[in-house]
Amino acid sequence: MEAIQARKPVSRHVKPPAVILRGIALQVLRYTLVVIVALLFLVPWIWLLSTSLKPPQQILQIPPRLIPDPFMWINYYYGVTYINFFKYLLNTVLICTVVIIGRVFSCTVVAYSLSHINWRGRTILFAIVLATMMLPGQVTMIPIFIIFSRLGWINTFMPLTIPSFFGDAFFIFLMRQFFMTIPKELTDAARLDGASHWGIYSRVVLPLSRPALATLFAFTFIWTFTDFQGPLIYLKDRDLWTLALGMRGYLQRYGAGGGTAMGAMMAAAMLYTLPMIVLFFVAQKTFIQGVVTSGLKG
Amino acid sequence: MATLTRLKRPIWSRSARREFLAGLLFASPYIIGVLAFTAYPMVASFFYSFTRYDIPLAPEWIGLNNYIKLFTADRFFPKALWNSLYLTIFGIPIQLAFSLGCALLLNMKIRGQAMWRTIYVLPNLMPAVVMAILWNWILNPRLGLVNNALKAVGIKGPNWFASPVWSKPSMILMLTWGVGFMIVLYLAALQGVPQELYESAEIDGAGALRRFWSITIPMISAVTLFQLVTGIIWSLGFFTQAYLIGGGGSNPGAPQGSLLFYGLYLYIQAFEYLKMGYASAIAWVLFAISAVVTWIILRSSRRWAYYDVI
Repeated sequence: MEAIQARKPVSRHVKPPAVILRGIALQVLRYTLVVIVALLFLVPWIWLLSTSLKPPQQILQIPPRLIPDPFMWINYYYGVTYINFFKYLLNTVLICTVVIIGRVFSCTVVAYSLSHINWRGRTILFAIVLATMMLPGQVTMIPIFIIFSRLGWINTFMPLTIPSFFGDAFFIFLMRQFFMTIPKELTDAARLDGASHWGIYSRVVLPLSRPALATLFAFTFIWTFTDFQGPLIYLKDRDLWTLALGMRGYLQRYGAGGGTAMGAMMAAAMLYTLPMIVLFFVAQKTFIQGVVTSGLKG
Repeated sequence: MATLTRLKRPIWSRSARREFLAGLLFASPYIIGVLAFTAYPMVASFFYSFTRYDIPLAPEWIGLNNYIKLFTADRFFPKALWNSLYLTIFGIPIQLAFSLGCALLLNMKIRGQAMWRTIYVLPNLMPAVVMAILWNWILNPRLGLVNNALKAVGIKGPNWFASPVWSKPSMILMLTWGVGFMIVLYLAALQGVPQELYESAEIDGAGALRRFWSITIPMISAVTLFQLVTGIIWSLGFFTQAYLIGGGGSNPGAPQGSLLFYGLYLYIQAFEYLKMGYASAIAWVLFAISAVVTWIILRSSRRWAYYDVI
């Protein structure tokens, strides 16, 4: 660019060397800062990966080494066999699947009612949705536990899955905000043509809401997959544990120092985190968009 | 006359009634849900908070005794309250400032913005259990990465999670690493600030710092408000990592109760000691604190935050 400009006869557009130098220095400074902060974010990940591949004596070595020698891939085998990894994975996936089905259905119909049906009381209901979003979950936790234990649902997946069929304030809000962007003329026209609300919901609104549905799916998956307190309260039986509880099993059995099982524990931790990372890379735009729409308009 | 009334009150027309029923029907999952999982539990836990309710025994009315005991006879409760206030008062401003700083970095004209953003956000996706295990290991006093790095430059590192003084700062350090989506929100807010504002301020001779204080900060104040309120509510109920690192049992929130956070104490009373009445009182105090804090922030925000109401 500079070279082309220099050839131009009008030379007052050429930046003086001092300005160019300053620009370069500034750019170097910018990249240095960005890279340093990126390293701060990355180091714990690298450490997780490194520890998961170390033989026991290198885990206890001082000063610690970065590159394991040899690479103990067998830690990953130990990681999934010291605890019943695949059983817990299956339980976790099962819970996630039901919760996602429940949430997608319940939150979208309610959001449709709050955005495309004109009925008395919808303003009040929306206000309730907003208020509930601000409510700390601890206030309702105990009576909900008591209800479920009276129903005999302790040690089943029911307390973790059934509530998702009754909506969730945050996701109803998210979907409602998205549905509001679908032009009313569109649904009104369909209504005049004699379409039922169910028809408009399922054939007009839902197909237009793929990005919002993807956000709902992604966040529900991540939060359910990583949830700790819910399974901790409701799942006592070892066979019903989720991965979050399985990982705690490592801490209980081998302690925070890890000892001999440290490599296996880190390998299991790595495997547990992997689905989230993959999902994030696949659906990065969706995540970011979801956070932005839900947060900025809140 | 009849037509006129009808025009005035279209709500009772046939189609309006049909719409009302349809709206109610479509909203029914949430209406049932909010009654069963929010309204009833709130009333019930308020009632339980005035009872002795050691399940499986039936609740027994004891008036204000739970609350009196909390504030006068319970030696753990003030500790839990203080620990959570500490985590909130120091943790939330640090996290807000740090995520704004990261967002400012990402908002510069640099190549590979999407990649950097991914790196900055990724820690937010790490399961809380894994985060607790990993940071406990990184901050291990003797074998940990951080203390060995400090030793290499001649500094003797603290005992981090094992020290009653350093355990809470360690927790804040870990949570700050995981801010993730807070950065995304700030970044989106920064990108929403009209460039003309900066340009005209520059023409008027405002320096970079001045532009930051007088344009950037006010223009993103709505996001700050949102993150402040949600962050405080979350921080006061903070549980998972506290439970995994501090632990419950006979020595809760070790070392020396310095990690006994509010959410953890509530959990211990409810699900380890099964004292549902007492735990409900703890929950209601938390609710009262969150409500008051939220109210104060929203009131005061009229003076420092600029936003449209929905």
